[in-house]
Amino acid sequence: MMGFLQRLINKARLKSPYVFHFNSGSCNGCDIEIVAALMPRIDIERFGMKLVGSPRHADVMLVTGPVTEQIKERLQRIYDQMAEPKFVVAIGSCACSGGVFRGGYNVLGGVDQAIPVTAYIPGCPPKPSAITFGAYKLLEVLAEALGVAPPKKEEVEKIPEPVEVQVEEVEA
Amino acid sequence: MTSSEKRKVITPPRVSIPIGPQHPALKEPGMFKLTVEGERIIDAEVNIGYNHRGIEKLAEQKTFTQILYLVERICGICSATHNGNFAQASEFAAEVDIPDRAKFIRTLTWELERIHSHILWLGVAFHEVGFDTAFMYTWRDREVVMDMLEDLSGNRVNYAMNTVGGVRRDVSDDLKQRHLKGLDHLEERMEYYRDTAIYEKTFWDRINGVGMLPTSVAKSTSAVGPTARGSNVPVDVRFNDPTMAYVNLRDSGEFDMILSDRCDIAGRAVVRVLETIQSIQMCRWLLNNLPDGPIRERVRPRIQPNEVLARYEAPRGECIHYLITNGTDKPDRLKIRAPTHANWVSMAHTLRGGYIADAPITLAAIDPCFSCTDRVAIVDSKDESMELVTLDTLRVRANKWYAENPRRVA
Repeated sequence: MMGFLQRLINKARLKSPYVFHFNSGSCNGCDIEIVAALMPRIDIERFGMKLVGSPRHADVMLVTGPVTEQIKERLQRIYDQMAEPKFVVAIGSCACSGGVFRGGYNVLGGVDQAIPVTAYIPGCPPKPSAITFGAYKLLEVLAEALGVAPPKKEEVEKIPEPVEVQVEEVEA
Repeated sequence: MTSSEKRKVITPPRVSIPIGPQHPALKEPGMFKLTVEGERIIDAEVNIGYNHRGIEKLAEQKTFTQILYLVERICGICSATHNGNFAQASEFAAEVDIPDRAKFIRTLTWELERIHSHILWLGVAFHEVGFDTAFMYTWRDREVVMDMLEDLSGNRVNYAMNTVGGVRRDVSDDLKQRHLKGLDHLEERMEYYRDTAIYEKTFWDRINGVGMLPTSVAKSTSAVGPTARGSNVPVDVRFNDPTMAYVNLRDSGEFDMILSDRCDIAGRAVVRVLETIQSIQMCRWLLNNLPDGPIRERVRPRIQPNEVLARYEAPRGECIHYLITNGTDKPDRLKIRAPTHANWVSMAHTLRGGYIADAPITLAAIDPCFSCTDRVAIVDSKDESMELVTLDTLRVRANKWYAENPRRVA
């Protein structure tokens, strides 16, 4: 059984996940959308998430970009510097699979080629609302994993599924 | 008290401070080695290359339509820059003239992007000097222009508006009205930020007289964009060598190049803020004078052998796409010179002699965009040591890659 103190720590951890942003060769698109998610309109700090500058303070690492050969060692080193328990979120198509850069001579193609990844947020770039949705989902999963999920209610308000927008293609 | 004979002057030792590749002040991986003596920066060394993704090589494997979406992802902030400039280069190579309406819509996307990029820079500049309230304010108002871009193109970043021979989406009357409304709001807010930047002492005192770049140095180090214009060097491709609807904008006589003779970060900030207001007026002019007609011209996928250079004034400065075509649907060579690349040399100059506390704002003042720029293959091999990839290693790697991915020859 989990001790009372451990339970308390886990509960507190979910209410204040410190996030840390690492750019592993991204095009800036995802990075500015992460910053936009922190800004007044979406305000991800509502969920207790705070952007910190040091990996040693962070619980969650947000990684953007296909991992380039040069940054790979740094990424692994910074991952090792994080304190346990640690979680990695891959943001954007490049971080998930390599995106348009897949097959290039200098990219690994995806963060999971270098370090273990907990959650993936696809999109090029994902909208701030998608990043927030992904972060919220991550917290739910973590609550399950840490055993501090709130007891299930009979009628849980359903979160609407994100609607896929079909972009009209002009005939080439 | 000690007597004056016993008093010694202690010279602070020289310390080398590495900043990066991961650092809270940097949004992108890059490494700066500052040699400091006390508080003064004596020397600055720039090591970049963490963002090198090999886009120019990837481009040689893809067709012109595919490259449009690849070059767009060089940089998320100036995606329309690379996208539009490559489309422009391909059109020059194919020697086709695109419809007027397409030219206007392409220019409109470019100018909206300039507004968003400059507001973003202003927010970052406020943040670097510790003025976080204004940072939040500017980014809140930036959402207005992001919404307009989403309305116009369907995405907030990476708009994919341009195609070889025109643009992919039209501007309806409803959209035009919504945009005019949004531009009015933006103009009002930008005038507020202009006054905040100039009259707010907490901000002005941090940028006034910091990071000096005299006109002669700006010229000799080939600075471009607002960095050069803040040092009174009249370089702006929109007015010097206009393409697309910039010809009409220049001929209307309502717009003029914005220059500042201050030569410091304040000069660069003023140029950027005034340019944003000018861009808003340009957008309004473009929407009001939008000609009728088709939005795209059919261009054959195989482009005749040609060698062209396309120039465009990106938010950060002059962006050059050099393209060699060979009669197939893939280019022979694509070379991209992004504006940040031209500004590195001048930035190393502005850092020297400054205070270490001013380093973040001096770094931010050229609006660096590493993802546009990283060409150099410098590898961090061990913990501290920096190692250059030798030509042989690069050649072996390239040969191996080519053996695995043989290039199709038509």
